[in-house]
Amino acid sequence: MKRNFYLIVLLALVMALVVSGCAPAAEEAAEEAAAEVSGEQTALIGFTASQTGKYNVESTSQINGLNLCMQEVNDSGGVTLDDGSQATFASVFYDDESNTERVQELYTRLATEDDANFLISPYSSGLTDAASVIAEQYGKVMITTGAASDSTYQKGFTRVFQTYTPASRYLTGALDMLAANDPDAEDIAIVYENSKFSTDVATALQEYAEEHGFNVVLFEGYDPETTDFAPFINKIQDSDPDAILGGGHFQDGTTFVRQLDEKNANIPFVALLVAPPDPSFAELGEPAVGIVGPSQWEPQADFDAEAAEAAGLPFFGPSSSEFAEMYVEAYGDEPSYHAAGGYVACLLLQKAIEAAGSTDADAVKEALDNMDLMTFFGHMKFDTSAESHGLQIGHSMVYVQWQENGETMVKEVVWPQEGATAPTLYPAP
Amino acid sequence: MLNIEFLIDGLLIGFVYGIAAIGLTLIWGVMNVINLAHGPIIALGMFGVYLLFVGELGMHPYIAIFFVAIAGLLVGMLIYAVAIHRVIDAPHLSTLLATFAVNMIIIGVGTAIFSTTPRNIALDLGTITLGSVQIQVTRLIAAAVASLVTGGLYLFLYRTTLGKYVRAVANNRDAAELMGIPSARVLAFSFGLGTMLAAIAGGLIATFLPFTILSGATYELKSFVIGVLGGLGNPLGALAGGLILGTLEGIIPAFMATTWVPVIEFVLFVVILLVRPTGLLGGSK
Repeated sequence: MKRNFYLIVLLALVMALVVSGCAPAAEEAAEEAAAEVSGEQTALIGFTASQTGKYNVESTSQINGLNLCMQEVNDSGGVTLDDGSQATFASVFYDDESNTERVQELYTRLATEDDANFLISPYSSGLTDAASVIAEQYGKVMITTGAASDSTYQKGFTRVFQTYTPASRYLTGALDMLAANDPDAEDIAIVYENSKFSTDVATALQEYAEEHGFNVVLFEGYDPETTDFAPFINKIQDSDPDAILGGGHFQDGTTFVRQLDEKNANIPFVALLVAPPDPSFAELGEPAVGIVGPSQWEPQADFDAEAAEAAGLPFFGPSSSEFAEMYVEAYGDEPSYHAAGGYVACLLLQKAIEAAGSTDADAVKEALDNMDLMTFFGHMKFDTSAESHGLQIGHSMVYVQWQENGETMVKEVVWPQEGATAPTLYPAP
Repeated sequence: MLNIEFLIDGLLIGFVYGIAAIGLTLIWGVMNVINLAHGPIIALGMFGVYLLFVGELGMHPYIAIFFVAIAGLLVGMLIYAVAIHRVIDAPHLSTLLATFAVNMIIIGVGTAIFSTTPRNIALDLGTITLGSVQIQVTRLIAAAVASLVTGGLYLFLYRTTLGKYVRAVANNRDAAELMGIPSARVLAFSFGLGTMLAAIAGGLIATFLPFTILSGATYELKSFVIGVLGGLGNPLGALAGGLILGTLEGIIPAFMATTWVPVIEFVLFVVILLVRPTGLLGGSK
């Protein structure tokens, strides 16, 4: 009996520890929110971060960008509202473990228990798709970043707004680039991760390739958990393509490139999603040279007040170089486009609250619907049609390629030609 | 068209699958325990080599594997003493749950310490070109080490006294005890031997593929398929099963989408269980 009693006490203690361990992020945020309420308004922004799991690299950058923006807004005194008060940002977030089920659970918690005013999406289209259902269900405005799939915005949602260029336009520019560099190239292999985003990109790319006279010799997906690409690369080599396009996310992309090199695949043109634009892709060394990747934003991309004026648009927020400087100062690393995406999501929210003059969800939604401006991230405008409400229609991609400059690896913008910082290295070594 | 490279890549990875599976099948054969902590131990082997390599010691991965193997043996004996010994004579479900608990503990602690961010051991030993075939040296060495370890295990089991003890306990524990064999210690050692093989397999895989603390699960599943294929409790069968599975993984993509690979593997698993439950080479019992 006595032993059972001790066991029960022990179990109760463990349970208490577990429960208290789960709560701190939310409690701290609530305390923070309470502290900041004194005379001022606080806009509570809820989101999840992939602190663990396969999206860790991209998500960490995204969250760094987001936190930097919130910090900047708060340091400058917050957003001025119509009633003369200032709204500052507070955040509440959890680790989603790169897992869809966790996202559904946690966004429900953010929308109900934490009662966040606004939501920012997790990283990746799959996770965002799960989060947007919850956002819409609870009437929360959600700015998505790190999520490019078109289909999320074609489900009749009205409160979900996309910052990224959608997946359907992600790799089409790479094909134009291939055609410009080698008019004889016609056989292409499209290989992609079996995830929502990559499949959307690959399907749109296949259609575009066939329309433009390319011959798709291999169109095949691979399992997101794949670590051994050897059999897959053998298959690609068997189909003897002039170019490989596709990929998925950071981990599979880097592994794929490393194994392409290990097998001396010698494909003249390789364009992959997500991985190449990330600064840490350079850690691959030699194998990274010549690899092309579409990027939502690059520090060299010159979006500032002048560029906005030339385009006839209002400009809002820091310029590209200002953002890059702030980021390096805060984190010591070069910002990737995921970091820029995180920053701009908060920037759009700031602008929308400012335009609405309040933190009321309906007013902010309307402000976002009417938004048409330029930020350091590029042109931002949302589709307001019923079929694809919230889809990004202003922004467009740039393409980068890793090149060697003596001993160092440099990421050059190679497409579109008007924005290029170096000629394309073709064929890739 | 089937290029020879499909086959070679498959065979090379098959050797490594084989020694991962031998660890599982040895434990099953000697003590009738299905070790559900097998996957996490493979992952610990990966991390062991990784930490010795990236740490201050900067140890060469192949030397690190040697130390990881010893650590694997000791950890296995510890797991046996703490979690398995008390329930070794209880119904299968008890040992299954005990090893599952060990599995969850390792995964939980591992995730807390290492997170689930993928790691890599940057070991590039280049490739060997044979005609039109490119063979990655790290994979070749892994296959060679795996064959050596299997050979060593055979010599141990059949040529040493301790090896004979292990086989005696596997055959009939009561009779072995009557002959004066300390069965508890032999069981602990056998469990350690199984986890050592798992750790070596993990260490070898880590030299050419990225991994996380959760990566072991994939190889554990493959080990089950391989064990059933070759006959649970039969180490040689496990190596043969590993080679069959590796070859299938290598050549299936030549004929159909790679996503069909696990489907075919697990259909094979069910078919073998239905048609020849003792495995292709027969179980040890």
